[in-house]
Amino acid sequence: MHNRYPNEGMSLIVKTITRFTVWLIFLFGLYIFLHGHLTPGGGFAGGVIIALSYVHLTLAYGRNYVNDVLKKSTMHSLEALASLLAVLVGIIGLYAMGHFLQNFMGVGQLHHLLSAGYIPVMNMLICVKVGMGLYLVFYYLASYHLEEGK
Amino acid sequence: MPVDVWLYFILSIMIIGSIACLEIKNILSSIITIGIVGLGLSIAFLFLGAPDLALVQFVFEILCMIILIRAFSKRSLKITALKRDIPETVIAIVILVSIFVLSIFAFKDLPSFGQPIVRVAEKYLTQAGVETGAQNIVTSVILNYRIYDTLGELTVLFTAILGALTVLRKIGRKKRNA
Repeated sequence: MHNRYPNEGMSLIVKTITRFTVWLIFLFGLYIFLHGHLTPGGGFAGGVIIALSYVHLTLAYGRNYVNDVLKKSTMHSLEALASLLAVLVGIIGLYAMGHFLQNFMGVGQLHHLLSAGYIPVMNMLICVKVGMGLYLVFYYLASYHLEEGK
Repeated sequence: MPVDVWLYFILSIMIIGSIACLEIKNILSSIITIGIVGLGLSIAFLFLGAPDLALVQFVFEILCMIILIRAFSKRSLKITALKRDIPETVIAIVILVSIFVLSIFAFKDLPSFGQPIVRVAEKYLTQAGVETGAQNIVTSVILNYRIYDTLGELTVLFTAILGALTVLRKIGRKKRNA
């Protein structure tokens, strides 16, 4: 992606290395939450790792570049949407099976990637929510310091 | 070596780190020594056989360190050394020693290490795979048997972010300054 703010952030060496590493961190976060019902990990850990990949990008390239990649308002919307969908999954369970947040998708076969009913869905929602939320916390705490310091 | 010895070792390092964090005058060094406690905790979780918790603790500790360093390292904080009065110190020591002595009696009645008294854990261990279809039993507990707990956790996080946003947003501060 074209960088409109070349003077912000850290030096060229850090930016070049970041270009290689940030995708690996992001993919590791995706792996952790997709395999949350099979291996150690899950939505919360994957979400924190994805937030860390955005933090990595912010530290190397500056906050304005990250705002170009994924807008702050989009992050707010994604975060709120994920919490809303989590409640919606519960309400679907209520109408389909009779109890709030009951598994309505079947159990599937043990040890398969697509199994365990609604657990992967909830993992995904938690991952989006935690990832966006923690990045926003980082953003606000860090930018508050810069505005105060002038 | 048995696990207990390693746990005592890690615990003593964590206690030393937290004392150092309180006593160091430089704010950056103090933040870095906080990290000893979190990383020690994640290693302790690994020794106790809980890789899920260890992963979350490790990753979250890194994020907390970055946030703390970004938010506090360049701010000029004046650290005022606390003057300790002798009576206050004596009262604090007496209270701590009495809590320690009472806890010795309390810990005698606890079930021994690795033998929980909660019966429901046995059912989870045997039935979780069949009932929920998840290979990872920890996930099957937190996202199926105890899903209300997770939903409450999400709500807490959502509220915390809303609170941080409300306190730190630009508009409120501009109005107050004008």
